[in-house]
Amino acid sequence: MNLFDILGPVMVGPSSSHTAGAVRIGRMARRLLGEGTPRLARITLSGSFAATGHGHGTDRALIAGLLGMKPDDERIAVSFEIAQQADMGFVFSHENLPGEHPNTARLELTAHSGKTLSMTASSLGGGRIMVVEMNGLRVSFSGDLPTLIVQNRDQPGHVRDVTTMLAMSSVNIATLNLYRDYPGGNAVMIIETDKAVPEEGIRLLLDIAGINGVTFVGAEKEG
Amino acid sequence: MGIESLAYLMEAGEKEDLFDVILKSDCVERGVTPGESILKMTTLYSAIRRAREGYSPEMRSASGMIGGDGAKMREYAASGKTICGEYIGSVLAQAIEMGESNACMKCIVAAPTAGSCGVLPAVLLPYQQRENLSDADMVHALYIAGAVGQVIAKKASIAGAAGGCQAEIGTASAMGAAALCYLAGGSAQAVCHAAAIAIKSLLGLVCDPIAGLVEVPCVKRNAAGAMIAMSSADLALAGVRSAVPPDEVIMAMREVGDKMDVSLRETGLGGVAATPFGQKISKQMSGQL
Repeated sequence: MNLFDILGPVMVGPSSSHTAGAVRIGRMARRLLGEGTPRLARITLSGSFAATGHGHGTDRALIAGLLGMKPDDERIAVSFEIAQQADMGFVFSHENLPGEHPNTARLELTAHSGKTLSMTASSLGGGRIMVVEMNGLRVSFSGDLPTLIVQNRDQPGHVRDVTTMLAMSSVNIATLNLYRDYPGGNAVMIIETDKAVPEEGIRLLLDIAGINGVTFVGAEKEG
Repeated sequence: MGIESLAYLMEAGEKEDLFDVILKSDCVERGVTPGESILKMTTLYSAIRRAREGYSPEMRSASGMIGGDGAKMREYAASGKTICGEYIGSVLAQAIEMGESNACMKCIVAAPTAGSCGVLPAVLLPYQQRENLSDADMVHALYIAGAVGQVIAKKASIAGAAGGCQAEIGTASAMGAAALCYLAGGSAQAVCHAAAIAIKSLLGLVCDPIAGLVEVPCVKRNAAGAMIAMSSADLALAGVRSAVPPDEVIMAMREVGDKMDVSLRETGLGGVAATPFGQKISKQMSGQL
């Protein structure tokens, strides 16, 4: 741990895992949806999130993140009211998600456009999070580094398409992981990079047959 | 990478100011310039000062157990009737206020955790005012505090779930003791021994939050942690040394944490959480889910 893992984060209490981490989970889902504040959020709380979440403000923290707030935003405490004003509906339920980390939430979002996203993420402590599922596929990324998420058909050539684009854009790859549901089915590429991926690069990928979705999530600066 | 032991701090601190030693280490560890590092730490100190202003006597926590005590203590501290005196009274008030702000969803600075966020502000903010110190001095002191926390995180733990409350309030108290000792002009040796004395004073403290919430007994333990930080700093400044070498004290802290029953490590199953009162609150809270 470095000095600023010891001192900080600057956050709304009471818990770095149950409050600050929950805000980050909501915010990550909003960014992955990529269409601003969703119209509807169905949220399942599991484990310790379900058991002590209400007392820790985990529910309000998740909604605050979906509204685009950061962990140090004092409006987290009144996020339910703000969601109402922003016309965002939400439903909470509790369910044990076997095999997941004790602090885990599953979010199913619907955008005003009708676009949907499902995401499961865990809060690991100290405000750090890990996305473990996205649109039904097992994944693993934290959002600590700039992250490019490419959804494609599982067929030859798409890794080349993406890495060629990154090479042409002079973006260095830190990590690259591939996931799929079955051979020839849906696949996801999670690529952590050392700098932002340019928008024209993302547009280029979207023109390729077999690539169904491209999302770039930049690394977040902490206060 | 980073500061690995208190022995290293004591040795390096003989030739060079401790702040410079730690600043250099941070620059190497995170790949930043000294200016970037100091700016980040200055931002953090500003956030601590802002967090102090966020306190309100009217706010209440989710369970209703927390709120209003900081204001009571502040009023009493100013009454001139305190046992500990007005200055220590203001330290206690600051510790409780910050702990209450955290429990009531106000913005705080985790140091090292959210539950122990009151200790460092409680020992630093009143001291700055009394001694008329600059913000730059206080920022330097945060480096000292951070380095002590870094060593504890490496050799033991700063998480209640892993090491009990000694890992949270104990670490915060050691960080506060070291920071105060440094500000008062103590040697690197005195700084590290102040931290060791604080840890020994809180060794074995269990993490037993009612209903698993960062409320009871967490908030009041911030006051205790601040008091022990001050007494430990004064002992070290007087020339008293921990008989056990500081790094060995941290090893003992780890051993005690490892031996601590899981019911006493943030599970809400032991200690005050397991009392009839604790169980009653726990039931009420689960009814709200």
